[in-house]
Amino acid sequence: MIKVAVVGAGKMGISHLAILGANPRVDVVGVCDTSKLILDALYRYGHFPCYTDFYKMLDQAQPDAVVIAVPTKFHASMVRELLKRNIHVFVEKPFCLSIVEESELILLAQKRHLINQVGYHNKFLGTFKEVKKLLETKSIGEIYHFHGQAYGPVVLQPKQDSWRSKSTEGGGCLMDYASHIIDLINFLIAPIRAVDASKLQKVHSTDVEDAVYAMVELENGISGMISVNWSDETYRKMSTSITIVGKKGKIIADANECKVYFKAKDVPFGYSQGWNTKYVTDLTANVQYYLRGEEYTAQMDYFLDCISNNIPGSINSFRTASETDNAIFLIREKQ
Amino acid sequence: MERILFGDNQFFAVNHISDEKSMAQSIRFKEDAAILKTLDVAKNTGINTFMCTTHDRIENICTVVRNNSEKYHDYKMYPCLPYAHKYANSITENGVMGTFQKFVPGNVLGSIFKGGMAVLSRDYMDLMELMIDSELKMFKGINTPVIFLQNVITDLLLGLRMKDFLVGFHRYVKLKYNAEAGFITMNMPLLLNVLESAGIRQPIICTSINKAGFRMSGGISLYEKVLQEERARIIAMQILAGGAVPVGQAIDYVCSLPGITSLLFGASSKTNIEETVAHINHHDQVYNMTKQVQVYA
Repeated sequence: MIKVAVVGAGKMGISHLAILGANPRVDVVGVCDTSKLILDALYRYGHFPCYTDFYKMLDQAQPDAVVIAVPTKFHASMVRELLKRNIHVFVEKPFCLSIVEESELILLAQKRHLINQVGYHNKFLGTFKEVKKLLETKSIGEIYHFHGQAYGPVVLQPKQDSWRSKSTEGGGCLMDYASHIIDLINFLIAPIRAVDASKLQKVHSTDVEDAVYAMVELENGISGMISVNWSDETYRKMSTSITIVGKKGKIIADANECKVYFKAKDVPFGYSQGWNTKYVTDLTANVQYYLRGEEYTAQMDYFLDCISNNIPGSINSFRTASETDNAIFLIREKQ
Repeated sequence: MERILFGDNQFFAVNHISDEKSMAQSIRFKEDAAILKTLDVAKNTGINTFMCTTHDRIENICTVVRNNSEKYHDYKMYPCLPYAHKYANSITENGVMGTFQKFVPGNVLGSIFKGGMAVLSRDYMDLMELMIDSELKMFKGINTPVIFLQNVITDLLLGLRMKDFLVGFHRYVKLKYNAEAGFITMNMPLLLNVLESAGIRQPIICTSINKAGFRMSGGISLYEKVLQEERARIIAMQILAGGAVPVGQAIDYVCSLPGITSLLFGASSKTNIEETVAHINHHDQVYNMTKQVQVYA
């Protein structure tokens, strides 16, 4: 059994807790939050050991691993404390608010051989995994352009009342919605090296941006665009998509489908010349427990596998998450 | 429960395989009249049960059903609550507590949770009951013999091991609405074990069952094994696996399985609705005949 504790019982924390709670190889040894009302319910009905003090939980529960799902401004200090205590860390995205702190934490995790993962769940989606496979074999030829997009209905009115509406606490659309698509571009094509132009636009919020538009350049010289808007109510829920244009074809992928166009007959196995559509139903492996999407369980399974096998994972490590934060910094700086 | 139930995903831009189709549906069903017309098409093929979320727009449909009692005299609606995206988006914006405050009527929270703590465990059940009542208000005067808990909540409660709320839901809809509880889930075998451990026998469970094995947590063979045991009244949903399996094959598979009481599907066009119903009726007939032959042999 792997002893896991969760800190933060908001939307993501509760979701992680349920995924861990349903996993027979996990012993949930603690849940920490400041809301007594939520802890009270988790204790009475779920019988989870609950704490309001992070340090007390670590001292008493002695977890092998901790899942952090608190506002971003608390990530760095909590991650540091866990690494110092030789505890494996899964932290929600984005990683931290300071690149300098991130560098220190990457080194510390490496030095202590601790498993470190950040919650960019899109990489565990069947459709985006298929895109990665197609790009690794250079099936659409030399890439010359891409467009990453994310839209959804989060902030639809002027009044908001959470840390996500405060710029000093890691709120805003760039840190939240846009980080997903930035991370996906970094993973699928290459890390963002420079930003040619960017526009952070307020729609309803007063302190943070609700939309992000940017032209970016990758390490390998490819340039493309990012368009993100979390105040778009024409979407029922968050929709993340990427279009990648190559000299031999084109890929359009989102969470549901992967559409691929091949110019010539020279195509990978299972594809043909012209348009091809593969659905998430064909590309997604079942999980033991499902909540909100296979990818959430799959990313946690990956984290737990890394711990069991004692092999650091290459997907969503602190290092790749820090590259994403670096791109976030560049986009903000360029405005 | 009737053999075929009509679902509402297509009306509210829920499409599991294409965001594009999802938007097209949103445009197509902008007016309530378009929804009602599609329900009539389904009704004309013999489907008299509409299984729907507690989406705001269902309120208007309820009004029409209520006001045309002659036309809808034997019509049944199966509410599925809560309409989760309403709450999920609110949690991102307002936090968990802020969302409770937004959706729980009046100053109830303040009165039952003194100083941020519930005094008795009963108070959490009160909160759940208040939220059920608020979601079901729109169905007043409509025949709702089964009331469902949406999968995101059923499955969340399963993972959090909060069996008491599943039992509480089962008990409350019987007591207050004289209805049977139904549970939508993507984790059918796990849910069934938990409900049985709480003494709930032959529960109504609506779950993904399809030839592709899509969203059948634990695997398709585990599902087939549990279905054989006939321990629940199962409604198969996502039978077309979001469109990944051709209609004929998809329906042939589901009809061939034991232990499935009803099939749930949704479609937008007259042709698709009629075709799906015809496929189900045909395959049911074939398998019923096969069963009879086996009995005689």
